[in-house]
Amino acid sequence: MDFSPLWISLKIALVATAFTFMLGLFAAWGVTYLKRAKHIADGILSIPLVLPPTVVGFLLMIMFGQSSALGRFLNSIGLRMIFTWQGAVIASVVISFPVMYRGARGAIEQVDENLIFAARTLGMREFTILRRVLLPAAWPGVAAATVLSFARALGEFGATLMIAGNLPGKTRTMSIAVYTAMQGGDRELAFKWVLIIVSFSLVILITMNVLTDRGFKRRH
Amino acid sequence: MKLHVDIEKKYGNFILKSSFTTDGERLALLGASGCGKSLTLKCIAGIEKPDRGKIVLGDRVLFDHEKKINLPARERCVGYLFQDYALFPNMTVEKNICCAASDKEYARELIKRFGLLGLEKQYPAELSGGQSQRTALARMLAAKPEVILLDEPFSALDNYMRTRMEHEILDLFEEFEGPSVLVTHDRNEAYRLADRIGVMEAGRVVELQGRQEFFDNPKTVAAARLTGCKNISRIKSEKTDTILTEDWGVSIALDNINVPSGATHVGYRAHYFSYVKDDRDMINTFRCRLCRVIEDTFSVVVCFNIEGNTNDNSDALLTWIVGKEDWDNVKIDVLSGTFALKVNPGRLMFLN
Repeated sequence: MDFSPLWISLKIALVATAFTFMLGLFAAWGVTYLKRAKHIADGILSIPLVLPPTVVGFLLMIMFGQSSALGRFLNSIGLRMIFTWQGAVIASVVISFPVMYRGARGAIEQVDENLIFAARTLGMREFTILRRVLLPAAWPGVAAATVLSFARALGEFGATLMIAGNLPGKTRTMSIAVYTAMQGGDRELAFKWVLIIVSFSLVILITMNVLTDRGFKRRH
Repeated sequence: MKLHVDIEKKYGNFILKSSFTTDGERLALLGASGCGKSLTLKCIAGIEKPDRGKIVLGDRVLFDHEKKINLPARERCVGYLFQDYALFPNMTVEKNICCAASDKEYARELIKRFGLLGLEKQYPAELSGGQSQRTALARMLAAKPEVILLDEPFSALDNYMRTRMEHEILDLFEEFEGPSVLVTHDRNEAYRLADRIGVMEAGRVVELQGRQEFFDNPKTVAAARLTGCKNISRIKSEKTDTILTEDWGVSIALDNINVPSGATHVGYRAHYFSYVKDDRDMINTFRCRLCRVIEDTFSVVVCFNIEGNTNDNSDALLTWIVGKEDWDNVKIDVLSGTFALKVNPGRLMFLN
């Protein structure tokens, strides 16, 4: 059995999660400063959650394809997004972003406001407050959101297939491997991948529960 | 250093119009909950933004609506002690105190001075209430504030802890020489901790005076209630030398005391009534009808109406407080249902 889809999936999901973590966290932090524009910003940032992955994939194709200025620019510096694993990373980031953003926002909003006010009256800068007060206090929730967005990135299928294709050993991820095996009539192979994915997901969810539970216990 | 506050803020239906000046002294803002006293502190600290007005500390303008100045909280140099102390749960005592201090030497000294040696590596969750407060006080001072604001520091504590924590606040005042504003609803606490007392009612500072004068001679109904005056009635002056107390339903002879112009109410403290055995033909002596007797720790609280009073509002019910030693002498007569009390007109407080 060729295990390359497992490694490809892990590589894409890990790199994507690194980006998603930073982007989602800063977006969540930024949104807490907004007043009236909050609902609009929240809607825009959450939209990949409700769009069909094929729509996201289609939009990414247009954005990063040869016909767009961005695609041509990236191509000129040697970065190809179409039919590469980097493209799959972009798709995974976009799809998993709302999971991270919403989870982090919920965790940040639950932090006792007085901690932030106290930090401000003590003369701390906003970024210092994020690093030293907000993030440690919101950590269990932020960690859980990170794990969940990793799981989402790992299971990504539609958008990845559209932008990165299905190149064995290059862009064929686990979820695409299931699809390909089924199409090719190899039920046994499909079943093996299904088993691997289910057990992986289970481990991730249990990890997340342990993280949230531990954070809860530390505070009470 | 002088702190001048003159601000307005709308908060739903509530309108805050807070205005006072304090010059390096300890000021207590006294008021019932929801009167806007905490909101005033939050505006000074820069946590809330007033709609209008001005806040000036020394020669620095912290907030000026007209000039569009609104200094961020971190540049205001205002120390704020939160009700729940707001210690950072992920930092040790030492880190809590040092995290905002530019002068680490001074921060170490504060750890020593507030009796926190040996606790430096503990986390806030492991501290007792007193230790938490001391940590919060040290943390506040480590940032070298120019004014300190205390937001009901003892509201969550029992009586015993409260007395002990007060000592710590008094230690703080020895350490810190700038102006301070304490917010509280406890008149005794205000008296013990402040030089001057301001009364807040429905979002306004209605009275501001020295603490002794404030307790001896409150000027408004709100202030009199806050100083613990139980008996308050509307008044109407009748002849030159008597006033009619409308809620109590009796006239009181004034005995050459002048009623200040504008006085609309009169207050009489519950322990100033004197018991009279024989009430015939005595001036300012009234027959009373007993409503209820409540035994307190060191005194007995007698609630009564004046006989013949047809009012049935809450101000018609009067309170007399008798010491336990005297209670035994008057007990039989009072418990019989009717008795006589004398009012000393010199003790009347005229209120607006």
